[in-house]
Amino acid sequence: MSSAFANVKTIAKRELAGYFSSPVAYVFIVIFLLLSGFFTFMVGGFFERGEASLVSFFMWHPWFYLFLVPAVGMRLWAEERRVGTLELLLTMPVTAWQAIVGKFVASWLFLGLALGLTFPLVITVNYLGSPDNGVILAGYLGSLLMAGSYLAISCLTSALTRNQVVSFIIAVVLCLFLILAGFPPVTNLLARWSVTLVELVASFSFITHFEGFQKGVLDSRDVIFFLSVIGFSLFTTGVILRGHRAG
Amino acid sequence: MIKVEQLKKLFGPKRAVDGVSFAVEQGEVLGFLGPNGAGKSTTMRMITGFIPPTEGRVTVGGHDMWEQPIAAKRLIGYLPENAPAYTDMTVQGFLNFAAEIRGLRGDARKTAVNRAVEMCFLESVLHQSVETLSKGYRHRTCFAQSIIHDPPVLVLDEPTDGLDPNQKHEVRTLIRTMGKKKAIIFSTHILEEVDAACSRAIIIDRGRIVANGTPAELRAQSELAGAVTLKVSGVAGNELTARLYQVNGTKKVTVLEEKDGRVLARAFPKTPESNGAYARAIGEAVQGWRIEELHLEEGRLDEVFRNITLSDTQK
Ligand SMILES: Nc1ncnc2c1ncn2[C@@H]1O[C@H](COP(=O)(O)OP(=O)(O)OP(=O)(O)O)[C@@H](O)[C@H]1O
Ligand SMILES: [Mg+2]
Repeated sequence: MSSAFANVKTIAKRELAGYFSSPVAYVFIVIFLLLSGFFTFMVGGFFERGEASLVSFFMWHPWFYLFLVPAVGMRLWAEERRVGTLELLLTMPVTAWQAIVGKFVASWLFLGLALGLTFPLVITVNYLGSPDNGVILAGYLGSLLMAGSYLAISCLTSALTRNQVVSFIIAVVLCLFLILAGFPPVTNLLARWSVTLVELVASFSFITHFEGFQKGVLDSRDVIFFLSVIGFSLFTTGVILRGHRAG
Repeated sequence: MIKVEQLKKLFGPKRAVDGVSFAVEQGEVLGFLGPNGAGKSTTMRMITGFIPPTEGRVTVGGHDMWEQPIAAKRLIGYLPENAPAYTDMTVQGFLNFAAEIRGLRGDARKTAVNRAVEMCFLESVLHQSVETLSKGYRHRTCFAQSIIHDPPVLVLDEPTDGLDPNQKHEVRTLIRTMGKKKAIIFSTHILEEVDAACSRAIIIDRGRIVANGTPAELRAQSELAGAVTLKVSGVAGNELTARLYQVNGTKKVTVLEEKDGRVLARAFPKTPESNGAYARAIGEAVQGWRIEELHLEEGRLDEVFRNITLSDTQK
């Protein structure tokens, strides 16, 4: 279906153009880069570690995605519904699927761009020492997949409401659950009752699945986990949108 | 081109649309009238495939809207109520997007955008952000979007809302011209537009069709239709009234005004006819007095509209 692909592309292009026509995109990228720098060097102890790696960079990603990604995703559907352009979009000859995927891909690309702009870190660490660039690449890949998962969840909550703030808050809460499920203080607490419970809960956590990537291990289960979160969230977005239209 | 069968839409217990059926063929312009909340926009949203009907069926160009939505939607240009448009784009960017999503690329897209810009007089705001457009220009931008792919079917929800008098006139003319080759449905609260642009009109009230016909047929339902209004001088009101009652077929005579020796009166026939026989009979009856004015009333749409939709509310 080449026309399906063309439609996804047209919608994604429009969405991306929309980002860059307002200062929001630039503000977001600047904040993302500043936070990355601050956490990596000041809090993460990049220099004190005395090793050539980006561990102190990637370890913060689950946490600052928690706020940054819902900020990107909150407007996706809430804004279309509030302004009424949803009616325009869904009466054009495109399927709801093409619209959902197109909009998602656009914002994922945008996050990918912000992430890509941290490449000076890679240069720095290569200049200072000789890191394992394979590990770094795996880290970027994992981070991108994780960003996609946060984004898909924000996309879902954005379809729930016309109000961007409400959409943002619900997304943060949902993502927080998915982080905490694997956050050591929480898992240690749960471990007092049952180890199997810990494993079950932790298997739903972003942190657990992101760990492997940070160590340079590409486990297909981790990749599948993130892709399933994305798939499931986008599917649910479709169901929610259909529900609204049915009244 | 458009066929609507027994369309129903329930929002919870509320019957927004309650069994609406009609068809619009190519070369027809159908005016959609009705008081606020009658269900006009809801019907249009079902025709364009935005919301699914609770019951009933919509086919556009032979394609069922719920079984072959893409094929059906390709044939439609739609201007939703309140003319939504992407605020984070320029007018040109928005129209380019609309053209592209309709499958127009390269030169075809350029031609289509230029044509729509010209038809909707958007040259001056082409590079302006949609967000900062005035209401009328935003409306025109969204209208341009609906005609960009020259669709055989147009569904326009209040296309002249918010436009200045000149633009209103342009849009009506445009609708009438395009209506020769397309099937058009448009809703409006301005009754003159029915005369200016429609070949047929439907009045809906509380989700049901209460009148369906050509503008002339609708006007004929008016009490006024077929009455004769005349102004005569040099006679007293009661004298004229008495004479008019003698005319064969007169039901009622009212004196509208009497001053300076002139009488303005109106005679209603028992059975309205449009061939003018009654008017001629009146003319003959008042011969001998000086007739300053005499004309046959056509009936008024606003009166018909009010009668039909009010009588329903009072029930
Ligand atoms: N999404 C919805 N949920 C609940 N009720 C709705 C919804 N959309 C429309 N309605 C109700 O359906 C009825 C018909 O609304 P509709 O918008 O079709 O009216 P309309 O004829 O277009 O009126 P107007 O002339 O004011 O534009 C109204 O009573 C409205 O409140
Ligand atoms: Mg309406």
